[in-house]
Amino acid sequence: MYLGMVVGTVVAERKCEGLGGQKLLLVQPVDHRRQPNGRLEVAVDTVRAGRGDFVFLVGSREAALALEPSFVPVDAAVVGIVDQVRA
Amino acid sequence: MILCKVLGPVIATEKHPAFARLKLLVVQPIDQKGAASGKSFLAVDRAVQSGEGDTVLVLREGNGVRQLFGLPLTAKWPIRSCVVGVVDAVE
Repeated sequence: MYLGMVVGTVVAERKCEGLGGQKLLLVQPVDHRRQPNGRLEVAVDTVRAGRGDFVFLVGSREAALALEPSFVPVDAAVVGIVDQVRA
Repeated sequence: MILCKVLGPVIATEKHPAFARLKLLVVQPIDQKGAASGKSFLAVDRAVQSGEGDTVLVLREGNGVRQLFGLPLTAKWPIRSCVVGVVDAVE
């Protein structure tokens, strides 16, 4: 899992079955000081996050496990909104 | 597993139910001398009660984490990394 800042949303009308109805967010991975940490990515939203939110994500196969049904073609999911990092 | 140093906890109210009641930590991968090596990431703590400044052992594999929590490997459990030990010494 890792931290990220939501910098926007992505709209794609034509997409694979399973991605229908999923909100896609553009996320900049960041470190605990909110400094960019890696490349921009697209993640599905599971917690109603929006632009400007400080969030945490899960990647890989576990991203799909955050969704219902879980056999969907995603590799990153926003699974929480961060209130505070005490580091 | 990899060696990491715990930087501190992440506080989050709105989160996937799998994270409820679990301690979520920012961890920094380190080398054998304790110097940072690579990007920090998040891991949950599985009953080892690690805290800020501790050197820990971190498992980064979802199936292993699900086994650790006694869940079926097909469980809807979006957690990939877990602190599985507090390191006393690296020789």
